[in-house]
Amino acid sequence: MSDSVIRIQHLSKRYLIGRKKAVYPTLRDSIAHAARAPFRRLGKLVRGQAATEDLCETLWALRDVSLDIHRGEIVGLIGGNGAGKSTLLKILSRITEPSSGRAEIRGRVGSLLEVGTGFHPELTGRENTYLNGAMLGMHRAEIARKFDEIVAFAEIERFIDTPVKHYSSGMYTRLAFAVAAHLEPEILLVDEVLAVGDVRFQKKCLNKMQDVRRCGRTVIFVSHNAFAITQLCQRAILLQEGKVMMDDTADKVVNSYLASSSETVASRDWPDLAEAPGGDVVRLRAVRVKTKEGQTAETTDIRQPVGIEMEYDVLKPGFAISTFYYIYNEHSVHLLTTANRHPAWHKVPRPAGRYKSTSWIPGNFFAEGTMSVRVGACVTDDLPPDQFDVPDVVAFHVVDPVEGDSVRGDNTGPWGGVVRPMLEWTTEYCPIEAGTLEALGQEVDR
Amino acid sequence: MEHELTSHVVTADPHGLVAEFPLVVIEPSRGWISLRLQDLWRFRELLYFLVWRDMKVRYKQTLLGVFWAIVQPVLTTIIFSLFFGRLAKVPSEGIPYPIFCFAALVPWNFFANGMSQASNSLVGSADLVKKVYFPRLILPTAGVLSGVVDSCLSFLILLVMMFHYGLVPSYRTVFLPLFALLALCCSLGVSLWLSAMNVQFRDVRYIVPFLTQFWLFATPIAYPSTLLSPRWRAVYGLNPMAGVVEGFRWALLGTEAAPGPLVLVSAVVSLAFLTSGAFYFRRMEKTFADIV
Repeated sequence: MSDSVIRIQHLSKRYLIGRKKAVYPTLRDSIAHAARAPFRRLGKLVRGQAATEDLCETLWALRDVSLDIHRGEIVGLIGGNGAGKSTLLKILSRITEPSSGRAEIRGRVGSLLEVGTGFHPELTGRENTYLNGAMLGMHRAEIARKFDEIVAFAEIERFIDTPVKHYSSGMYTRLAFAVAAHLEPEILLVDEVLAVGDVRFQKKCLNKMQDVRRCGRTVIFVSHNAFAITQLCQRAILLQEGKVMMDDTADKVVNSYLASSSETVASRDWPDLAEAPGGDVVRLRAVRVKTKEGQTAETTDIRQPVGIEMEYDVLKPGFAISTFYYIYNEHSVHLLTTANRHPAWHKVPRPAGRYKSTSWIPGNFFAEGTMSVRVGACVTDDLPPDQFDVPDVVAFHVVDPVEGDSVRGDNTGPWGGVVRPMLEWTTEYCPIEAGTLEALGQEVDR
Repeated sequence: MEHELTSHVVTADPHGLVAEFPLVVIEPSRGWISLRLQDLWRFRELLYFLVWRDMKVRYKQTLLGVFWAIVQPVLTTIIFSLFFGRLAKVPSEGIPYPIFCFAALVPWNFFANGMSQASNSLVGSADLVKKVYFPRLILPTAGVLSGVVDSCLSFLILLVMMFHYGLVPSYRTVFLPLFALLALCCSLGVSLWLSAMNVQFRDVRYIVPFLTQFWLFATPIAYPSTLLSPRWRAVYGLNPMAGVVEGFRWALLGTEAAPGPLVLVSAVVSLAFLTSGAFYFRRMEKTFADIV
């Protein structure tokens, strides 16, 4: 493909980690080994090998990775810890060498691997801006030209001549990001920098990255945050144990990543009554997240209803029982509390036996995110529940496949809010009389 | 969706545009690799900023500030003058002993301070090495160069002292920059070896203070090299700082120890240190980010 800006072919990176167990049967042997060790190392040093090679185990941080990245793409790299995301960025930014394979890059590479690296605490904001800019590969004239813009972006005009050791951590990271964001490379590598600053500044950073793409530049964006990736990227690559597991549109890759990560459980049950949470009246036996087809699902379509089902045993007859769900999003915002108020069961004493209650959350209700369910039951209708109260019992991901008929339509950018109801819009139209428009235009021109 | 976007970009920019940027190929390096001096040139502004930062930060939060650059050689001169000049009656080739000693300490301090600063430069900037790409050769080079201003200051003191003793520099002073350059080569060469080794073997940290002390006495600072017979003086040149120090005295004070075989041997050894150090450094460079 002629428009590839990065072409990676069979790239691998091996690290030496830890120590193999060396066996020295006697004290004399181990002393002899220790005495010889410096000479052995020295010999290797002269030959230019890593001195500890034979003592270490190897770890493949990347294994046979091949990718083509095109001009103007924002590509998300996703994967668990140790999947090789950061290693790949380090190789592309030439910080470390691959063990084998090859990568071709067209254009200047700017990397935001960790903002603020290289800032010197004793120097002022102004001095650090120049120093940091030079480290990232900018020329002095270029920094001078963009200086005011950088300071304005970081919002630290008043403190620009103060040593950065007196900065708050927020000011520090804002300045660091601002410098890097104004590098204007053809290819920008970003590693988890959005975790810095307050929400407003994060938004500013996201917008800046969108701008970068609009200018025809290429961005590779690494994040643990699946939602940042769906919002920012069209394409995503899932890395696992150093290999490319999936390379597709961002929402497909994110869905598959979320489904495979074990952090969320869509169903839980307690087969043994003795271990089931609960008091002497009610015991919780199972909780499940279900689609309307009745299937258990970790990932749900934002447009479809979601059922939360609980099974519980009533051990003692004659009590009126209330059951509750509390739902939290991934930022631990408490979104709602719901209780079973069906007239057939509300404040009605129940016989002993197995019950199954399902609460249906309509489609187009929650925003995208990970919803965590807390379940409770009580005999008094007083909260918190007195029989069982289990936080994080199940969770599910709400995902928008962006097919055009959800609330966001075909917009792939940031879309805030904790709920995402499909609201009705009404618009009235009234045509402008001939001549009025010209008059208005003249008004504006003046 | 992705294809839609890609094709859109291609139509917006004729694909010839992509080819306009320089192609960078990333591959594992093998064997002895090139020094990539053009890369070093491209990052010359970073070198300038690092030197400037080191100078700016060096005497922050000290009482005497930049006077430390003068206090160190002056105190050493006083002690040497007392013990070697007065008590041991070491000959000083007809030159007042304090001047004889101070003229040698100016290049020596440049060398020794540069070496101790630069040998720790990679380890001291570990987070930089792990996070940002630039030619690593810049770090020890900046460490050595950051001592230039200090040395200029102590050189001024030397001129003041010469004036005080009524010594007038001769035409030979024009050769002084050559010896300063030799001191730079020597300092950089040793620093490249030490800084690269320090990444893997932190032993270097313990070796450097000892090495400096040992080297100080192995260099004709407190005594003249003319104490040796002419034949052995050439061998003495294997210590490159011997050539630098004797050259300095010859150019500035007009001592008899002319830049004969001693300086020649020193120059060759300095250049050997520098080139071997640079290649060794480049060879080890690929492992820096992983093991520092």
